[in-house]
Amino acid sequence: MSDTLTIDRLIEWLRAFDAEIAQQRSWLTELDSAIGDADHGANMARGMDAVVAKLDAGHPETVDELFKAVGMTLVGSVGGASGPLYGTFFLRMGMAAGAVPSLDGAALAAALRAGLDGIVARGKAEAGDKTMFDALAPGLDALDAALASGSSLADAARAAADAALAGRDATESLVARKGRASYLGERSAGHLDPGAASSAIMLETLAGTVSRT
Amino acid sequence: MKKLINAPEDVLIESLRGVQAAHPELRVDFDNRVIYRGTPKADGKVALISGGGSGHEPLHGGFVGLGMLDAACAGEVFTSPTPDQMQAATLEVNRGAGVLHIVKNYTGDVMNFEMAAELAAADGVEVATVVTDDDVAVQDSTWTAGRRGVGVTVLLEKIVGAAAEEGRDLAAVKAVAEKVEAGGRSMGMALTSCTVPAAGKPTFDLPDDQMEIGIGIHGEPGRHRVPLAPASEIAEQLVEPILADLDFTGAPAIVMLNGMGGSPLIELYLMYGEVARILEAKGVQVARSLVGNYITSLDMAGCSVTLLRADDELLGLWDAPVSTPGLRWGL
Repeated sequence: MSDTLTIDRLIEWLRAFDAEIAQQRSWLTELDSAIGDADHGANMARGMDAVVAKLDAGHPETVDELFKAVGMTLVGSVGGASGPLYGTFFLRMGMAAGAVPSLDGAALAAALRAGLDGIVARGKAEAGDKTMFDALAPGLDALDAALASGSSLADAARAAADAALAGRDATESLVARKGRASYLGERSAGHLDPGAASSAIMLETLAGTVSRT
Repeated sequence: MKKLINAPEDVLIESLRGVQAAHPELRVDFDNRVIYRGTPKADGKVALISGGGSGHEPLHGGFVGLGMLDAACAGEVFTSPTPDQMQAATLEVNRGAGVLHIVKNYTGDVMNFEMAAELAAADGVEVATVVTDDDVAVQDSTWTAGRRGVGVTVLLEKIVGAAAEEGRDLAAVKAVAEKVEAGGRSMGMALTSCTVPAAGKPTFDLPDDQMEIGIGIHGEPGRHRVPLAPASEIAEQLVEPILADLDFTGAPAIVMLNGMGGSPLIELYLMYGEVARILEAKGVQVARSLVGNYITSLDMAGCSVTLLRADDELLGLWDAPVSTPGLRWGL
């Protein structure tokens, strides 16, 4: 098990994310029907399929170009709020990573953190607003903490995925303050946030990819 | 799901093909999913673009033409279009006097248009933006995404389109847009949910003896679910929150009774009669009215009411000639 993610491994992650989104597509749409507009599964599936199609046609050799391509593809194919948010996430990850052929744990964590900062800048979400932030932020906090305490990248990515999952579950009781779900007021409580759910899938597939030798 | 479609994933593109076939006076860019006027307006005039998720027809593509929009970007059903579509439209319609983006206040639409405005500015096009947020069903709060943009968007595209056609500059056109936005309020209700083609089943369950008050235009559930009532009471439940939110007396009002897509005109006119009766009793002077399906939510049954506090300037612009698939008069 290596503590470095090469371009090929990062692409493996993106493919795994696409496959899992396809698996969970109906569930994500169901979550979105309850408090949104019933399109999150379809939109994310369309976006990640477009990403994979682009990677199938050939891929860049540096991390910044890879994530820039992913971000631009998502911005151009997802639409809704998820397009700019996931798109900005990967664009910022690429900018933070720079023109390198691989990422070690610290560089991966820094890139993910820059991506999350981009989401906050674009969507102006805060903790507890019932958004993707509520899965990603605890996930990245757990990643940083595990790496700081000397965990392997695989263990740290697992901790991140678990924390994101817990964060996702905690959105159930929240009243939405951002996005379409906020129009429901108190009625938005009692449902998982679809964006937090897809974000948890993203970190879960990252953990899965990192743990495979 | 019973729909007049071939396959759910082809609904948008095949509908655009039908728009092009039915309206040779328009030009559809199928790659970017943008509907343009067939004949662009003259150089030196401000151009207007709007766009949003599909499923609200005739909004926005049905309002492209003389006196209204220069282009409309179509997203997937209930999903905002993307920045590259909007950027392409902005560059294409710019006649050297700048472009106004008309954006309904939804998180996705606002963020995508924001990114598009940044891209267009980088290409040297002056872009101004107006965001509509007229739905009184949503509590206006800095802690939420804010009120939704609904019915006033139709009135705004008509009125501001006329101002741009007159040759007013971008700042003046934006000022008219802000005046309309500030004076418009809406409230909607649903008798049934709607079915998104890709989802294949109704977005929410609504028993036969109940209705949703305070719905938006995307099949989102409303704020309250209440027992079904006669039209006269439904009209009260729609008009009262509007009048409580803004004073509509002492000025001429433009009133729209809009169908959500699944209610017949006979019911919409019946509802308009109820609304007009209430407005008269409340001392609101109705100067112009519009009854029909203008900003819809697929096959949802129900309606919305929009009131605009107008003045002589806005009435003059309202009466100006318009020629689009959705609105046509004065020619």
